[in-house]
Amino acid sequence: MSDTIVSLPDQSTARIPKMNYLSKENGLLSWLLTGDHKRIGILYLISITFFFFIGGALAGLIRLELLTPQSDLMATDTYNKVFTMHGVVMIFLFLVPSVPATLGNFFLPMMIGAKDLALPKVNLLSWYLYMIGGILVLVTMITGGVDTGWTFTTPLSTHYVNTNVLSTGLAVFIAGFSSIFTGLNFIVTIHKMRAPGMTWFRLPLFVWAHYAASILMVLGTPVLAIAIVLLALERTIGIGVFDPAKGGDPLLFQHLFWFYSHPAVYIMILPGMGVISEVISTFSRKRVFGYTAVAFSSVAIAVFGFFVWAHHMFIMGVSNYAVLVFSLLTMLVAVPSAIKIFNWTFTLYKGSITFETPMLYAFGFMGLFTIGGLTGVFLGTSGTDIHLTETYFIVAHFHFVMVGGMLMAFLSGIHFWWPKMTGRMYPEKISQLAAVVTFIGFNFTFFPQFILGTLGMPRRYASYPAEFQILNVFSTAGATILGVGYLLPVLYLTWSLKYGAIAGDNPWQATGLEWQTQSPPLTENFVEMPIMDHEAYDYEWLERKNLEKQKEVASVG
Amino acid sequence: MSDNSAIADGVLENAHDEHPAHLRHHFHDVEQQADASNFAMWLFLLTEVMFFGGLFTAYLIYRNWYYPAFVSASHQLSIPLGGFNTLLLITSSFTMAMGVWCAETRRKSGLVLCLILTFILGLGFLGIKSIEYSEKIEKHHVPGFHYSLNSFLDPNSDAAAKAAGDKPLPLDVARHTELYFSLYFAMTGMHALHMIIGIGILGFMIFRASAGAYTGGHITFVENFGLYWHFVDIIWIFLFPLLYLISRH
Amino acid sequence: MSENKEHALHIVSPRIYVTIFALLLVGTAITIWASYVDLGVLNPIIALGIACSKATLVVLFFMHVKYATKLTKLTIFAGLFLFMALVGMTLSDYISRAWGSW
Repeated sequence: MSDTIVSLPDQSTARIPKMNYLSKENGLLSWLLTGDHKRIGILYLISITFFFFIGGALAGLIRLELLTPQSDLMATDTYNKVFTMHGVVMIFLFLVPSVPATLGNFFLPMMIGAKDLALPKVNLLSWYLYMIGGILVLVTMITGGVDTGWTFTTPLSTHYVNTNVLSTGLAVFIAGFSSIFTGLNFIVTIHKMRAPGMTWFRLPLFVWAHYAASILMVLGTPVLAIAIVLLALERTIGIGVFDPAKGGDPLLFQHLFWFYSHPAVYIMILPGMGVISEVISTFSRKRVFGYTAVAFSSVAIAVFGFFVWAHHMFIMGVSNYAVLVFSLLTMLVAVPSAIKIFNWTFTLYKGSITFETPMLYAFGFMGLFTIGGLTGVFLGTSGTDIHLTETYFIVAHFHFVMVGGMLMAFLSGIHFWWPKMTGRMYPEKISQLAAVVTFIGFNFTFFPQFILGTLGMPRRYASYPAEFQILNVFSTAGATILGVGYLLPVLYLTWSLKYGAIAGDNPWQATGLEWQTQSPPLTENFVEMPIMDHEAYDYEWLERKNLEKQKEVASVG
Repeated sequence: MSDNSAIADGVLENAHDEHPAHLRHHFHDVEQQADASNFAMWLFLLTEVMFFGGLFTAYLIYRNWYYPAFVSASHQLSIPLGGFNTLLLITSSFTMAMGVWCAETRRKSGLVLCLILTFILGLGFLGIKSIEYSEKIEKHHVPGFHYSLNSFLDPNSDAAAKAAGDKPLPLDVARHTELYFSLYFAMTGMHALHMIIGIGILGFMIFRASAGAYTGGHITFVENFGLYWHFVDIIWIFLFPLLYLISRH
Repeated sequence: MSENKEHALHIVSPRIYVTIFALLLVGTAITIWASYVDLGVLNPIIALGIACSKATLVVLFFMHVKYATKLTKLTIFAGLFLFMALVGMTLSDYISRAWGSW
């Protein structure tokens, strides 16, 4: 058994194919006015990486402040702005578009055998809306920022602060439409543009995951939009819908806000789960165990995800009966996610596992997402939630699922599909090092926060009791290591663009239609319309195909 | 399903001369393209349903909490004007549906006529809306802009309240009429905004229709706009009874 | 091609449109008339019931959904279902707030 499955062409003679989506046209306008889903994916990749590092810098400031118990690095008001902007940037400008807008845009059409998404112009519009929203957030930051927390809780945001709530709200509103249009495009494409033979149950699970996430994007985001509109009207005119003095209820905003923001967390994680399905299958050389269960779980997460939002509001003043119902439903929504973890584990069992970088990140995902998800159940139980909410336990919970889970899945996907997108391999040794560094740094940063939370350290506070300092120092030290772990990929991936080994069509010997094309792909993806005549993750089919190719080559000339 | 038998021939680039100008290259044929854009339009309408959904939720909550205030406040709206507006919109939906039929049956002048009628009816709706709004402004019933409780504390001072036979409301109840008007302006305002956008697109369509763009077999734009226009009508179908007809007895 | 065609090439005849138009006008008249009559708790039910019927007529006939594919009908149903979930589950909090404490 080989310890690597990488199968590269002969480097002395291999070349990047001359005609590909990158070389097809040149010049800035050919990128800024493109309809090509692959170019749009790359545009997104560059922009979200930029915003990720802005959010990361803000995180660095948070951890620096929290080195000492006093609020001594910055004023408490400033600290409030820093964690708010960190949340806004990371959630709306990084996590929500991360996998769908980059890898989803790039590979969804290829995976189903289409030449592009259904609505290429809408796709480009999506990116422009994202950029406008993002620039508006930056302008907000420079002109004073917002300090309400990314949740804009009323009545703080409507009646008590003097910061840039409106412009941030507008930025999020605009970025929300970017998300809606992306999801809309995906749903139409998956329904209407599958190649002949590509039935629903032959689709890669990556596609199923994006389908589920897209339903959430299309149906959930508009409610956030109306919540922001009402917030703006309350703040400017004082219409009274959230103002108790006029008979309004601040909780109404929270209902509308969380009706989106809970599905939002599934918008963020589902595409990552799609990546993990692909990666685990490829690097265990085995079809995903229980394909149907994983596919239906994705949809189940999407559906159930709409019915649990008030678990973010247990202590806010909702009725006891609402607490009971939403707590029960929250228990249900954990089940499909657990099913997926079980299925991935059974995929690994008796597989031929190798440990290339995408697989390392995938292992990290499985462990950290499990912990994060489990702690979510503690929080969904209303009794324990009363003690743990608004503490660092929550902060640790969502960072485990979002950073330990989603961000690792994103990096896994980037590394997995890097050869296909660029035609080049990344350097394996340093990337494996970066993955391990990230894992170690992550655990040092966020595990202590679970303990801090249970001990009672509240979130969103610049100062804390002195007895919590040692764990905070641990956490900040971990954050430094984590930062290195995230910086490395930017460096070596950029390096690989010029110096990486030529990847060839299918360096991982993965199944999936995208691996049957050249790397980087042609603008129109396929020369001939592909016909799907085998099941997903059919490694026997791949072997037969390779044998055929060998015979062809041998018989020519 | 004929998936496997409906196999297109090899290289797609060569088919360039044989397909209609409006067919985008990532689609196999016009059917698929029309299908896809129709489905996309429906998904967009779903987002609109959820968007207005937030407003309806707010409305239902506060109507439930402050029923007497909502009843009194709703008496400030004119049923003749609102009813007439409903008539205008329903008729415009009819003319729009007829317009789609004209496009389907390639009747160019019929289509242009229907679009123009829809346009005029839509403008009429907005005209009456602005009359209603200016009435509210005069009476200081606009939340946040010197909102006045007089009509509700002393119904005899107000023609509409007097006509409806309202009793004076206590101060704390009267205060909640402001919430009614907040929702009234938010919901009808959002609706009017959608009407304005629709009328703008109608204007564009009238030009294109007279140039024959939609009567050559490519009716997708008209069809999908029709869906949008009917949706805006449906929103009003609910706004009218909820805002105007809470209780008139 | 992947799914069934949306346009079953079924062109709805103007006669149907006129009928639906008339029904909508009648519905509007009834709804206005009913608001002047005291029917107690039935008032809002009738008003919403008529509004839902009118909306259904517009969706089925003006928007051609009666002749559309299963996918279109499923999509509409999904949207309406979620709308009901938003309204219903949010209202359930407000309605149950006044109930007795544990």
